[in-house]
Amino acid sequence: MDFRVHADQEALQQGIRSFCEGRIAIDQLRELEEKDAFDRGLWNQLAEMGIFQLRLPETAGGLGLGCADAVLVFEELGRSLAPGPLVWSHLAAPWVDGAGTGEVVVGGLDLIGAAPQPILIEHWAHLDVLLLLRPEGVFRVDPKALEARPIATPLDPLTPVHHVESLPPGERLAEAAVAHRLWLEGAALVSGQLLGIAEAALELALDYAKKREQFGRAIGSFQAIQHLCADMFVRQEVARAGAYAAGATLDHPEVGDLERAVGSGKITAGDAAMKNARACIQIHGGMGYTWEVPAHYFLKRTWVLESIFGTGDEHAARIAERVESGT
Amino acid sequence: MDLRYSESDEKFRAELRAWLREAVASHGSPPPHHDWPARHAYDTGWQRKLYDAGYAGIHWPREYGGRDASPTEQLVYYEEIARANAPYVGINFVGLLHGGPTLIVEGTPEQKRRHVPYILRGEQTWCQGFSEPEAGSDLASLRARAERDGDDYVVNGHKMWTSYAQVADYCELLVRTDPDAPKHKGITWLIMPMDLPGIEIRPLKTIAGEGEFSELFLENVRIPVENRVGAENDGWRVTNVTLRFERGAAFASEMYQLREHLAEIKAVAGRVTRHDATAWDDAALRREVGHLQAELDALWAMVKLSVSEASETGVPGVGSAAVKLFYTELAQRISDVAMRVLGRAGLSRSDVAELPNGRFLEKMLMSLNLTIAAGTSQIQRNIISERILGLPRHR
Repeated sequence: MDFRVHADQEALQQGIRSFCEGRIAIDQLRELEEKDAFDRGLWNQLAEMGIFQLRLPETAGGLGLGCADAVLVFEELGRSLAPGPLVWSHLAAPWVDGAGTGEVVVGGLDLIGAAPQPILIEHWAHLDVLLLLRPEGVFRVDPKALEARPIATPLDPLTPVHHVESLPPGERLAEAAVAHRLWLEGAALVSGQLLGIAEAALELALDYAKKREQFGRAIGSFQAIQHLCADMFVRQEVARAGAYAAGATLDHPEVGDLERAVGSGKITAGDAAMKNARACIQIHGGMGYTWEVPAHYFLKRTWVLESIFGTGDEHAARIAERVESGT
Repeated sequence: MDLRYSESDEKFRAELRAWLREAVASHGSPPPHHDWPARHAYDTGWQRKLYDAGYAGIHWPREYGGRDASPTEQLVYYEEIARANAPYVGINFVGLLHGGPTLIVEGTPEQKRRHVPYILRGEQTWCQGFSEPEAGSDLASLRARAERDGDDYVVNGHKMWTSYAQVADYCELLVRTDPDAPKHKGITWLIMPMDLPGIEIRPLKTIAGEGEFSELFLENVRIPVENRVGAENDGWRVTNVTLRFERGAAFASEMYQLREHLAEIKAVAGRVTRHDATAWDDAALRREVGHLQAELDALWAMVKLSVSEASETGVPGVGSAAVKLFYTELAQRISDVAMRVLGRAGLSRSDVAELPNGRFLEKMLMSLNLTIAAGTSQIQRNIISERILGLPRHR
């Protein structure tokens, strides 16, 4: 057993991080906010980096990597708040031609987890294909055939949503077992994103706590602030273990209970992102309540990611059925 | 990022599991809490069995008779010990996890000869004389005074939280040898035989009632200078060596037991009735248990990450403060759920209505100590803030 991040994995992660820092730093994200959160050029660059075909076999033009590697990549995409239907296009790579290369933008709806009503579709205006994950299988729908009404003010300024009244049956791509597997993979990748958000929120809070002075000293020298930060760190490390274990268990299901490992990742990463985003706002004081300080993007994106591939509550209810002695 | 155990780790596990099945069954059930002579016999007898089978001193170097197991094997070891419901170190705790390892690193050849093999075989037990009424989290402010008189130190002072003092042969004792030096620079680490004149032991009654802890009153206790470990006034450095051994993979047993506890809480919730349904029929309780299990599973993964890091560096990763903090608070949250499931049965510390309230309450009461002992949660948060996150110190 060696649960450490391997040197190759570190290099992969570092590559994605450098790209994101250069290409989607906070000022560039603010520009995207004005452009409906979508930039075709950025999408193509992400595709070139292999984000979508990471796990396709090399014979199919992919990188032949595993779920653990993908979690690390999505951790960076979460940290940088990269916009777009990233997880869906990644999951669609083996099922929709052109998804892996980025030519076809694939979005999706999780109808296994949350109650489907009201039906809100993220990034609808830029989708070429819409996937539906239903308990009975994976279905493909033409998003343009839907009557979609734009929501004027989405919660996350970088996640535009459209409202549709109903969904067609769609074309069946795969059976129930595949839908279930994709749902678990999606939960693990989103856990990676949530972990990245938890880390970014701590980093932003720490920068501020070290710089900002009140009562003649840096606020980060007060134990009241220090202990908020320490708790953020603990949540981040718990989420890291949870999300990484979800990826590692998807790669080698014999090491544990897959449903429990994935649920543990989603729950702990969701908790960490939500609470760290709030703490980041709190540590910034009044400035944390402004649009200018990016802390709010972390919280808003977390609400988006919390709602897909099983909320924390849904995973908790599933896990409860699997609590037993000797495990 | 691979959670699969190697073939040799699985072989180690299989052998250990087979041995434990037989050894645990033949060792009988543990004696009652208050029966110190019986506990002494039970715990040291178990240690001897481990020694004869080659499992004693799992993390000790081979040249001192230990197993020198890799961090991953240690994880397997503690997991299997808990799975088999085998006796844990018990009264051998201080000798095996503090005194012995400290002497191996810092002791003179004579000190090693006199103590190390005996500790390993369960023939010598130790207790801890670190904390004092005025020196808790701020351990370095300890006051127990040792004055040199010929070949002896003459010690006067008052120690607190001395585990297993009633049955210990020796005490790892911290004393102040230079009251004028800065507080970290005037401390010395001594081996105190517990049969010296001038030592009075008073058991401490804790929240859980009678327990492991005592107070030690030391009046003109004459300890030979040859019992000093490390140089005079260098005891703070030696203490940090001691405390380094305290944690690590040993947490794994407690975490396994905590997972078992949660499973048992679920089983009990299925039997306890609330009007016309069981406690487990309550969706809110099920969600809460699911949430706690998710956190336990992530904690277990966190331990595996820390053990994997230790495989390379030889010491637990920087995250060990985070593991301690999270584990101890989680254990208390789980005990709270246990109490809510028991309902009014929780008013009794002995079993009623065929429920395991005795054990559940014992765990709940003892869990209150977890966030205080071995560095309070507040101290852990200070360590994380200053040493890991680099926030400015302000005292």
